[in-house]
Amino acid sequence: MSTLNKELKEELKAKLIEQLNLEDFEVSDINDNDLLFGGEGLALDSIDALEIIVLLEKEYGIKLDDPKKGKEIMQSIQTLADFIERKR
Amino acid sequence: MVAMPLFTSKNMSRVIKELSIQSETVILDGKIIFSSEEKELGGFLKDLYKHTGINYGKFFKMDYLSKLGFLSSELLLKDVEEIKPETDEVALIFANTSSSLNTDIKYQKSMEDIPSPAVFVYTLPNIVIGEISIRNKFYGEHIFLVQAKYDKNILLKYADSLFETTATKYALVGWLELSPTENYNVQLMLCAKK
Repeated sequence: MSTLNKELKEELKAKLIEQLNLEDFEVSDINDNDLLFGGEGLALDSIDALEIIVLLEKEYGIKLDDPKKGKEIMQSIQTLADFIERKR
Repeated sequence: MVAMPLFTSKNMSRVIKELSIQSETVILDGKIIFSSEEKELGGFLKDLYKHTGINYGKFFKMDYLSKLGFLSSELLLKDVEEIKPETDEVALIFANTSSSLNTDIKYQKSMEDIPSPAVFVYTLPNIVIGEISIRNKFYGEHIFLVQAKYDKNILLKYADSLFETTATKYALVGWLELSPTENYNVQLMLCAKK
């Protein structure tokens, strides 16, 4: 695992907590492979998914060109970080 | 929704509890149950949430109007054992004068950049009804009126009509005002059918 990727994941966790108002969570509560959506993990909803798309564009200048890939990309912090690194 | 005459002449509402939230102070049935030094609305609502002792992560995603209504409903419904969740017997009848303007303005500002979907979903005053309904699994009658000023009697008459013509047995009724400048005034009642 690259140091860059590790830093990015910690940054993403902090940004998600702030942007999605996840006040019950600390960065240390979120594991890299926790599911972001569904009943387990962070249990985010469809509005959160839209906020993550906005966050990707605002913070990293990355547009999600293919919405069909959204589910795969937003599976976990790990998959999000991998996507950002690929697109940078 | 069942068609109903506006309004019945019968007085069918019995007020069980009355709640007021103004100036960082919460009054339930004439007694101060909570006050905070926090002048900023966001901080006050967070303090009040902690005071209620509930654990509901979605609270933090709500806009201020929904937080005000949600916390009010929690305080009014607390320990009322005859009201069970998953019911169509509880009506929600709210009114205010500023609608959702507090959030509308925030959304308008967010449009200068990439607008926020999470803010957009609160740009209607009746969203607070949805939040309370989701929390309690209420499936009953509901309305959010935008009026020039608080008219308690009109809202109670509306409750009377629901009590007479629908399955409604209980109603949260009253004023849920939040101005664009974050002045707030909550005057809510929990009523039962006589």
